[in-house]
Amino acid sequence: MSQDLHTLTLTQLAAGLGNGDYSSVQLTEALLARIASLDKTLNAFVTVTADAALAAARRADESRAAGKGGVLNGLPVVHKDIFCTRGVLTTCGSRMLENFVAPYDATIVERLNAAGAVVLGKTNMDEFAMGSSNETSYFGPVRNPWDLERSPGGSSGGSAAAVAARFAPAATGTDTGGSIRQPAALTGTVGLKPTYGRVSRYGMIAFASSLDQAGVITRSTEDAALLLGVMAGLDERDSTSIDHPVPDYVDALSGPIDGLRVGVVRQHFDAGLDEKCAAAVREALAVLEARGAVLTEVDLPNLDLSVPTYYVVAPAECSSNLSRFDGIRFGHRADNPEDLLDLYCRSRGEGFGAEVKRRIMTGTYVLSAGYYDAYYLKAQQVRQLIADDFKKAFAEVDVIAGPTSPTPAFKLGDKTDDPITMYLNDIYTIGANLAGLPALSTPCGFVEGLPVGLHLVGPHFGEAALLRCSHHYEQETDWHTACPESYR
Amino acid sequence: MSSPWEVVIGLEIHAQLATVSKIFSGASTAYGAEPNTQACLIDLGYPGVLPVLNEEAVRMACKFGLSVNATVARRSVFARKNYFYPDLPKGYQISQYELPIVENGELMITGGDGNQKRIGITRAHLEEDAGKSIHEGFGRSSGIDLNRAGTPLLEIVSEPDLRSAKEAIDYMRKIHTIVRYLGISDGNMQEGSFRCDANVSIRPSGESELGTRTEIKNLNSFRFVEKAINFEIERQIELIEDGGKVVQETRLYDSDRDETRSMRSKEEANDYRYFPDPDLLPIEIDDDYVEAVRATLPELPDAKQRRFVADYGLRQEDAGILVGTRAVADYFEAAAVATGAGAQIVANWVLGDLSAALNRDGLDIDGSRISPARLAGLLDRIDDNTISGKIAKEVFEALWAGEGTADEIIDKKGLRQITDAAAIEAVVDEIIAANPTQVADYQSGKDKLIGFFVGQVMKATGGKANPGQVNAILKDKLGSA
Repeated sequence: MSQDLHTLTLTQLAAGLGNGDYSSVQLTEALLARIASLDKTLNAFVTVTADAALAAARRADESRAAGKGGVLNGLPVVHKDIFCTRGVLTTCGSRMLENFVAPYDATIVERLNAAGAVVLGKTNMDEFAMGSSNETSYFGPVRNPWDLERSPGGSSGGSAAAVAARFAPAATGTDTGGSIRQPAALTGTVGLKPTYGRVSRYGMIAFASSLDQAGVITRSTEDAALLLGVMAGLDERDSTSIDHPVPDYVDALSGPIDGLRVGVVRQHFDAGLDEKCAAAVREALAVLEARGAVLTEVDLPNLDLSVPTYYVVAPAECSSNLSRFDGIRFGHRADNPEDLLDLYCRSRGEGFGAEVKRRIMTGTYVLSAGYYDAYYLKAQQVRQLIADDFKKAFAEVDVIAGPTSPTPAFKLGDKTDDPITMYLNDIYTIGANLAGLPALSTPCGFVEGLPVGLHLVGPHFGEAALLRCSHHYEQETDWHTACPESYR
Repeated sequence: MSSPWEVVIGLEIHAQLATVSKIFSGASTAYGAEPNTQACLIDLGYPGVLPVLNEEAVRMACKFGLSVNATVARRSVFARKNYFYPDLPKGYQISQYELPIVENGELMITGGDGNQKRIGITRAHLEEDAGKSIHEGFGRSSGIDLNRAGTPLLEIVSEPDLRSAKEAIDYMRKIHTIVRYLGISDGNMQEGSFRCDANVSIRPSGESELGTRTEIKNLNSFRFVEKAINFEIERQIELIEDGGKVVQETRLYDSDRDETRSMRSKEEANDYRYFPDPDLLPIEIDDDYVEAVRATLPELPDAKQRRFVADYGLRQEDAGILVGTRAVADYFEAAAVATGAGAQIVANWVLGDLSAALNRDGLDIDGSRISPARLAGLLDRIDDNTISGKIAKEVFEALWAGEGTADEIIDKKGLRQITDAAAIEAVVDEIIAANPTQVADYQSGKDKLIGFFVGQVMKATGGKANPGQVNAILKDKLGSA
């Protein structure tokens, strides 16, 4: 048996398991051992479900022996701790849910389980997915495997770090304003946020319902395609999931990208983008062009409004979504409350961290009588303008390409005192959430030893073209295979 | 003397919709289960769960809209009404705000002057109910029962068109009748399936500006609505006549003390921060859907009343009472069709003896121990003079006791009316012979004594002699008074 199972992608592992080169139990044991020895510094996990994982691996090996099993049979994955997992702690990175054991599985958890996946654990994240650095987690920040002084990004920082550090070949994540793609870019992994409604939100603890979308972080586009195929599709339990056919995403990778119209957004290269990042992205665009893609300049005139718009809409929804955490039925409850108001105030005051409180207050404010029109309603109108901009652009191009993040990974603590600078980190990613579009980030180089991501956005349900474009890019480059030195 | 004050009332009626499961979850809506046994994760507002709309609730709201001549919105939107309360699990109630499913309806009631009066229905919207807080039996804490959380409600909001407590009650009864006719609510007020909030204000007669209103919350009987409104009108008049001002506030009616009490003022009112619920899509309804629902509408009470008057010749008032409950109207019609006795007779029996028997045994019409066909059988025997009206009461009781059909009972008990003139004459002769004093008195002018003789004959025949014949034969034999 190879000692390097952790270096293999999901697709490679699927082949190895299929060939009988190793068992799922062996693979699971190897990864669990790795997590046990290496995650103390990285802090990518909130919970490691070793026993359950080994049991699932044994079942997978048995079903394989019996000639059965789904497409992910015996393959290890980790879940962001925002997804409810039955009988397993589901904290959402918050003290509020420090002791919350979910009584049910999220739809995507259920679907991955049904396909035979082996869940190794639950990954650390910004509290309630609110953050871009993983520093708002109650369970402490996650460190970036490329530089332990630096943030892996957020909010799906634990998932991204776990995949980059080769703890697991794949992780689920959620993306409300860039929470899959930005950490993927900052850790040198592939991060896919599907079209809003492509993947069920049932069992995913809501941050901003109209923006939240579940997706994956992997080490190759092919793996992302494989997982998306399992996760996607209508779910009767989520009214916003859309009944749209699920193509074979892996099959769709092999098509040509000759003549694929790739839009380059004029505004993407304005001030704010690190010059070396810009150079890496330009180089990536040249690679696509060499593969036959046609580069076209496109305009997203309202791009600069996306961050302010997002920071009205998302807090508004979160202020309402997080009202259920009141200390009454589940979650943190203050000791010895004097009365109902005291129970509410202290349970929430103690249970939520500073960033969550900031957003609840912002959201409460923008929905208040007298402010609703000026903030919430106005933001909805601007949101429509931004969506219209994308619609116009996609009349001209098939994919929009640009940087995922304005800078490579920043140092932990660098931006914690300045929420606005932190928020601006999501300038390139937020638009796709506001417009409900699919988007992914794939590694496209390094700046001073830190990974940089290429961001691709597609029209609604355009995942197949996005994945194909990214896959072609990976055929020409090996950025996505780069591994941080201490985690080889 | 006309009052110097005009009363202005608007009602918000909450009708619990009779769906099998809740409006956004699959949990049962059945009443009376053990606390918290009918609340699933969605009703409990667990992290990660999402609402899925029960289409049956939409159909029911649509039915209601069509029944009150309203516009059924082709697109309506659920909104979140945000406030903290322990029996509101999510910290918000899913309701409809700017775009309700039903708008601009109307209803006719009989106004204070006896004429028909139009009452506007501003809107009716779908929403979920909250759970219940239980403040007794938990020491310093309170208990929460979330069985009711997520039960579908239709909130029906009237225009401020009502001018007295009586009009308010008439309107509320009419809505109550309609929702039960449609089968969209059981209307059970004890269980809280039908309750209302009343907005009450007064203004000088002739004034067009509305006065400051108060809202009386959670009235769950017609009697309480009437008493609470009347108390509130008196309170407001006294307040203003003493130089005071009405404060806009929410008040509670205390039925034990028959008074309303301030609950919270406008300043203390919640800012509900309504916004469209991003977890639910707008309800989109097309014309085909509306027409399909329209095709399922039953005949409504007003139309039925008109038909009962026109087709059966019933008195307006009797028809009005009969149609008040769909099952009573159906009972009446089934019996009326089955008998040759005449519909007004049927109505008299249904509203008289049958209602009395039902009340006595605490039954509603569906529990009647006499079927419409058997009642018709009884009325036929009165109609063809087989029995007298008096004997009919006895047969009715036997029918109620389940002793068979009217014919079987009449035969078994030998209740058939005596119409044989010779037989009656023989009894009359006996009675005349036995009462010489009374005969003399009668013949000397005390003609009221005819009643005495009739009574004696009826007594002797066990009530079976035909009263008309008895009368005629007696008069003939006694000679003129």
